[in-house]
Amino acid sequence: MLAALKSQFTDWLQQPRTPEAGPIVLSQRRVYILPTRHGIIFGVVLVMMLLGSINYGLSLGFVLTFLLVGLALNGMLYTFRNLARLHVSANRTMPVFAGESAQFSLQLTNPGELTRHAIGLSRERRPQGNENYTDVPANAAARIAIAIPAKRRGRLRPGRLTLFTRFPLGLYHAWSHVHPDVFCIVYPRPAPAGLPLPQAEAAAGSGASYGTGQDDFAGLRTYHAGDPPRHVAWKAAARGQGLLTKQFSGQAASEVWLAWALLPPRMDAEEKIACLTRWVLDAHALRMAYGLRLPRLEVPMASGDAQRERCLEALALYEVPS
Amino acid sequence: MSGAAAKAAAAMPIAAISLRSTVWIAVTLALIAAPHAERLPLWLSGLAATFCAWRLYIARMRLELPARWLMVSIVFAGALAIYLQSRTLFGRDAGVALLVLMISLKLMETRTQRDGMMLAFIGYFLVITNFFYSQSIPTALYLLACVWLITATMMGLQYTQPPADTRSQLRTAAVMLAQCVPLMLVFFVLFPRVQGPLWGMPSDAFAGVTGMSDTMSPGTLNKLVYSEDVAFRATFADRVPPQNRLYWRGPVLMDYDGRTWSAAPRAMRNQVELDRRANPVRYTVTLEPHNRRWLFALDMAGLIPPRANLTVDHQLLSQTPVNSRLRYDMESYLDYSFGADGNPNPVRMLAMPRGFNPQTRELGLKLREQYGTNNEAIMSAVLTLLREQKFVYTLEPPLLGAHAVDDFLFKTRAGFCEHFASAFAFLMRSAGVPSRVVTGYLGGEYNALGDYLIVRQSDAHAWTEVWLPNRGWVRVDPTNSVSPARAEGGLAAALPESAVLPRSLLPSTPLFHQLSLTLDSIANAWNQTVLGYNFETQRALLTRAGFDDTSWRTLAIFMIAATGIITLLIALLTLRNRAGQRDFALEAYRQFCDKATRAGIPRRDTEGPLDFARRLAAAKPSAAPAAGAITNLYVALRYDKNNKNNRLQELRKRVRQFAL
Repeated sequence: MLAALKSQFTDWLQQPRTPEAGPIVLSQRRVYILPTRHGIIFGVVLVMMLLGSINYGLSLGFVLTFLLVGLALNGMLYTFRNLARLHVSANRTMPVFAGESAQFSLQLTNPGELTRHAIGLSRERRPQGNENYTDVPANAAARIAIAIPAKRRGRLRPGRLTLFTRFPLGLYHAWSHVHPDVFCIVYPRPAPAGLPLPQAEAAAGSGASYGTGQDDFAGLRTYHAGDPPRHVAWKAAARGQGLLTKQFSGQAASEVWLAWALLPPRMDAEEKIACLTRWVLDAHALRMAYGLRLPRLEVPMASGDAQRERCLEALALYEVPS
Repeated sequence: MSGAAAKAAAAMPIAAISLRSTVWIAVTLALIAAPHAERLPLWLSGLAATFCAWRLYIARMRLELPARWLMVSIVFAGALAIYLQSRTLFGRDAGVALLVLMISLKLMETRTQRDGMMLAFIGYFLVITNFFYSQSIPTALYLLACVWLITATMMGLQYTQPPADTRSQLRTAAVMLAQCVPLMLVFFVLFPRVQGPLWGMPSDAFAGVTGMSDTMSPGTLNKLVYSEDVAFRATFADRVPPQNRLYWRGPVLMDYDGRTWSAAPRAMRNQVELDRRANPVRYTVTLEPHNRRWLFALDMAGLIPPRANLTVDHQLLSQTPVNSRLRYDMESYLDYSFGADGNPNPVRMLAMPRGFNPQTRELGLKLREQYGTNNEAIMSAVLTLLREQKFVYTLEPPLLGAHAVDDFLFKTRAGFCEHFASAFAFLMRSAGVPSRVVTGYLGGEYNALGDYLIVRQSDAHAWTEVWLPNRGWVRVDPTNSVSPARAEGGLAAALPESAVLPRSLLPSTPLFHQLSLTLDSIANAWNQTVLGYNFETQRALLTRAGFDDTSWRTLAIFMIAATGIITLLIALLTLRNRAGQRDFALEAYRQFCDKATRAGIPRRDTEGPLDFARRLAAAKPSAAPAAGAITNLYVALRYDKNNKNNRLQELRKRVRQFAL
C-alpha cells in the first residue's frame, strides 16, 4: 500500500518535465482532480443544509442533503472520466515570424462511447479564463489549439501544457499535463522593408537596378522616391491602392547571393540576420533565384516556396543564442 | 472596492452567461419558488415574477442589466417592507420572503457563468425551505424534479459549445442523481439523529397548522369541521372499538367568561388513578404536528407516554409543543370510573360569570329546588329537555347575543356540538352540579388498506363531564341526546339532509373514496417511515438490524465505509474501460488464422488479411471461396464504419464451418 503510494508520488514528481514523443494517453494515473472554488462553496452550502435539517428535524432536508453529497462525489467521478483516457497527439506546427504567435494544436482522440465536453488547454496550472475549449465526440477526434507568443527566432517549444476540464458540474477541476515533443520554427523578425537587395551576380557592375531588370513584369512594391514615373502602376493608384512601383526582372538580374559578408560590419549578428530575412522575403517576392551565404553555412541557389522556407529556416536556426 | 473587483476580474476573466443558461436558471428558480407564492406577501410574489420575466426579456433582447443603485434600493425597500409586515427578519416566513427577494435581485445581477453557479446553489437551498411547509409525497416529487432541473442547469453552465440537444443534458443529470440514491439511503438511515433542535427555532417555525385550540367559543369547532386535514392516525392492536365509544380526549375547559370556555394552567399528576374495569384498548397514535402541547387519547388514558404529563383533569400534555409528527403507544380504559378520587374543586367547577344568562340560571335554580342534591336526576332531566324540545343540530347555527346560553336554550334552539356542550355545562353549574367542557375528536374513519383509523379535523367534537358524588367525573355528551347519529355515524349522518355539507363531508363515489383511502395509507406509510425517522426510530431500527452500539463513532465508520464501497461501485460502473471492449470480429478472424496455421499455412506478421487470403487460395484452391468470404466479412466489419454488428454472426458461422 505504502509502496504503491510512494511509486505514485514519484510518478507525480516525474510528470512530463521532458517532452514525450508520439501519441500520449491520458491514463488515469496522469489525471489529477481537486475541487474548484465553486466546489468548496457547494460544500459549505451542504453543511448549512445539513445543520438546518438537523435543527428543524426535516426528514426531506436530510434526503436532499445526502442526495447532494452523493452528487458531489459522483461529480468527481464524472469530471475525472471526462478527461481520462483521451489520446493526445501534437499536430504539425506552421512556422511563424518572431513577434507573432505560434499556434500549437493538439489532436484529441476519444476512444470511448461518451462525448467529452469542454476540454480546455492552458499553459498554466490554473486556467486564466481565456483558454480554448473543445468537445470531443465519441469515437472521434477534435483539435484544440493554443497560441504561444514567439518572441525570438529559433525553435519554440510549447513546454508543459495542461489539458483540463470542469465538466459536468463545475465543482471539480481535473487536469493532466502533457509535454508534446513538438516545436515551432520561429523565423527571424525581418528588417523593415526598403533595404535594397544586393547586386545580382550576373549584372555585377552594369546596372543601377538592384537585381531588377526591365524585361518581365515581376510584381509590385511600394513606391520609393526616385522610381521612374513610367514604372509607377497608375492603374493601381486609380483603384485607390496607393502608389506602387512595377518591378521587372530580367533574366540577367534573376540570380542573387544574399551574403552575410555584404552587410556592413558595424551591424551586429541579429541585425544582419534581420536584413538577410528581409532580403529573402524580397527576393522571393520578386520570384528571383537566390542563395544564402552565412559564415560556415550556405544554402544553394534556387527559387520558389521551398527555397524561401529553406532559407528562412536556416536563418531561424543559425547560431541561436541559447 | 472597484479596484479589488478589477483585480479579481483580471486574475480570472469570466465567461458571460449564455441566453440558454439564463433561461434555464430563471425558469428553474421560478419553479422552486412557486409553492411559496401562496405564502408570500402578494407584492413579493409579483415582484419576483416580474423580475424573472424582466431578466428573460433582457437576455432575449441583449439589453443592459439595470443599474446597481436601483437594485440595491429595491433590496432595502423590500427588506423594510418584509420587516414591517412580519416585525422580524428572522422568522420562518420572513426568512423565506427575504430569501426570495434576494434571489430575484441576484437574478437581475447575473452576468457571468459564476453568478449562475451561485444561483444554482441558492436554488438547492430554496428547495429545502419548501420542506418547512410541506413534506408530503407530492411536494417531495415536485421538488425532486426541481433538483433534477437545477442539476441540469449547473451542467448547462459548464458547456463551452452549445450542446447538441437538451435531452442528453437532462439524461446525464438524471443518471447522476439516480446513482446517488444508494448513498443517500445509507446516509439517511445511518446519519445520527439528535433529539431536539441544535439552536432555537423561530417562533413561527411551525405556525399555520389547523387544530384544536384551548379555548372554545361559539363557532370555534364548526370552523374546524371544514378542514379535511388529518389530526392523527391510530393503529389498534386488536379490533377498533365502535364509533360511539371513540371519544378522543383533548383540552379540558373549565373557565367560562360568558362567551368563551378556556383551560387554565393546572396541576399535574404522576400516575393514572382510575377504577379499571375491563381490559385496556391498546393502540399507537401518530399525531400530526399542531404546535400545541396536548396529546390525544381515548377516554380514559391508562398510561402516560414518555416526555408527557397528565393533568389533574386527565388531559395528556407533552412537555414540549408537538411541532413534528409524534408517535406514542397508548392504552385506554373505555369503561372507567374515577370513584371517589376525582374530587372537584367546587369553587372553580361551579364558577359562573356574573350578569350573564339570567334565564338559564333561573332554570338551574328551579331544577335544584325540584331534585335537591340528586345530581344524576338533574342531569337526566336536562337531557330529556334537550331531546324533547326539538333542538336542531346544525353546522350553521344562528348568531347568538350577549346572553349566548339563554339565546340558544330559549330562542334559537339550533347549534353545533359546542353550543350543546357549553349550554349544558352552564346549566349544570346553575343547578349546582360541578361540570366542565371537554374538547377533542369523536370517531374516525377506518382505513382497511393500512389497518388504521384516520381522525380528521372535521371529527372535532365537544362534550361535557359532570361530577356525581359517588361516581366522580362522568362523561355526558348532550349532542348525543339531540342527534344520536353524530356519535354513531359521524357528522355527515347527524346533519339533516337539507343541510349544505362542507366539502370535507360530501359523500363521494365509492371509487373515489377508495382512492382517497389508498392515498392516505400511502401517506401514512411515508409519514411513519420517512418523515417519522428520528432519534427513537433510528435507535430501534439499528438495534433490530444488529447494531450493538449506535454511537456517533460507529455510525460514522459505517457511513465512511459505505461511501467508499458505493463510490467504488459507481467508479467501476462509470470508469470501466469502454475502449477495451472485446473485438469479436478480430477474435473470429484469429480462430480462422489458427485453423490455417494448423493446416500448415500460418499467417505472417507482416501480411494483411487480403494478401493472406490470396496466398491461402494459391496454396489450397479448394478453400479459396470460403477463405475469401471470411476475409471480406472481416475486413468489412473492422474497417468499414458504415457496416456494423449485423454481419458478425455470419462471420462466426463461416469461421466455424471453415475447414482445410
